[in-house]
Amino acid sequence: MTRLKTGGVEHVDNAPTLEVSDVSVVYASGTNGLTSMSSRLPDGNHYALEDISFRVDAGRQVAVVGPNGAGKSTLFKVIVGTIKPNKGSVNVFGHDPDCHICIAYVPQRNQIDWAFPVTVEDVVMMGRVGQIGLFRWPRRQDWQIVRESLDRVHASHLAKKQIGELSGGQQQRVFIARALAQGADLLLMDEPFSGLDAPSHDAILDILGSLRGDAVTVMVATHDLNLAGEYFDLVMLLNQHIVAYGLVDEVLTSPNLMRAYGGHMHVVEGQEESLMITDSCCDHGEEITV
Amino acid sequence: MELIGLFLDPLGYSFVIRALLAAIVVGIVCSVLGTYIVLQGMAFFGDALAHTILPGVVVAFLLGWPLAIGALAMGILTALGIGALTSRGMIKEDTAIGVIFAGFFALGVALLSVTGNYTIDLAHFLFGNLLGVSTTDLIVTLLLGGIVLSVIFLFYKEFLVISFDPILATTLRLPTGFLRYLLLVLIAVTIVVALQVVGIALMLAMLVTPAAAASLLTRRLPSMMLVAAFIGAISGVTGIYASFHLDIATGPAVVLAASVIFLIVFLIAPGRGVVWTRVRSQV
Repeated sequence: MTRLKTGGVEHVDNAPTLEVSDVSVVYASGTNGLTSMSSRLPDGNHYALEDISFRVDAGRQVAVVGPNGAGKSTLFKVIVGTIKPNKGSVNVFGHDPDCHICIAYVPQRNQIDWAFPVTVEDVVMMGRVGQIGLFRWPRRQDWQIVRESLDRVHASHLAKKQIGELSGGQQQRVFIARALAQGADLLLMDEPFSGLDAPSHDAILDILGSLRGDAVTVMVATHDLNLAGEYFDLVMLLNQHIVAYGLVDEVLTSPNLMRAYGGHMHVVEGQEESLMITDSCCDHGEEITV
Repeated sequence: MELIGLFLDPLGYSFVIRALLAAIVVGIVCSVLGTYIVLQGMAFFGDALAHTILPGVVVAFLLGWPLAIGALAMGILTALGIGALTSRGMIKEDTAIGVIFAGFFALGVALLSVTGNYTIDLAHFLFGNLLGVSTTDLIVTLLLGGIVLSVIFLFYKEFLVISFDPILATTLRLPTGFLRYLLLVLIAVTIVVALQVVGIALMLAMLVTPAAAASLLTRRLPSMMLVAAFIGAISGVTGIYASFHLDIATGPAVVLAASVIFLIVFLIAPGRGVVWTRVRSQV
């Protein structure tokens, strides 16, 4: 694959891909958005994220799990740079996220207007817009990159389709292709597996596996604890603060899950100890055997 | 011969020709910009902006300045005002738009009521004065319309990204704040351009209706813009002929033409129209 010019600032040598230090985000209750309201903290506002510190080294693939409202999406938006933390700092390759165009974010599928009049290749080309620059049009090289990116997610045959005509799994793959076209070194995906069938899961996991060769760092927010445990290098258990972060076996233990999921978890007695986690606003609970 | 006469007779009047040209330009500009208004769900905002510019336009009109200056000033003031009201999180955006919309519109009407020619001027601002388009008006319309279309063309891919996926726009480090204000300024300028054709009260139809019809017929943004422009221009021409022959007010006639086209498309659009889906469900 053509090596993409990354754009943005130079990456600092030996800096971790991502370093988050003491980040807190205050959620302003009573409004439909996040705003900076640090001055009015005591009046019924609460933390969306509290004292979050962690680092991710290049090429690692991290699953971020936690109950609904745990702050997974907020954390991703802080890393991307669309939400400014009220406290703390985020460093990507040694700089503020705002300096980079190598951070790609794949939104939850319900955040996208699938009736929007764009084709698959139009969407992937959007990833190139930062590099193409103002007042210029896509060059032959950009179209070449779009084709290669679609090829890598096995979606070349969908190039001319309107995005609403795709299945859920195809939609996710197209957005991964857009991230590749963007030249992403850090890829954040928000609930990419929700609502997808098993073959679609596997297709996405295969693609994520192929990214290891390019040292792309991946963070995926997911509800699926089994998937997080089986596939990812590292797991972060999040519920406003980091309950645990590290290797799967150290993180997905019953005491940690109890702390993260609290009242939404029932211990089911069985031959092996197993936990049943039911998330109040999801149509299906997650089950994990520990 | 009868039919040709229906078509050619109005062209004997120079004011009709000027009106036709103005309506075509406005139809195209409003509809192309309108695709972004439709895609970003900004219809209410567009309607509000059309109303809030009234005091600016009235002041410019009374002082003999170009109307565009007053409209732009008010457009920017509106955007800042909505931002200021919502930034503290105590008022929702649509409520803030509503408050500012009504307040400024009342101010505009109040300012206009001080003048002697109140009712006629108000009617022209509200519903347009297409048959009163002068050569100077036509030149200004062409100039401003050309500027709006050029800016849309120059920032095509950036506007596409912020409309489709604002977070992507951030990760690509596009100047999102600038682009949002630019779009707003374009809407304000377009409203000024369209003021004489359809007026404030019917502005929203020109911004939204052709683009909405086009959205049912196309699946890529460039074709949506072209089809919307075509529908907008046809609506303008049809409206003026209807107005001439049926002796109805011109602005409303243009809007009615656009509405009828929308209705036809809504019913019979290939693959997506109501009739189409009903027939298919029975096969």
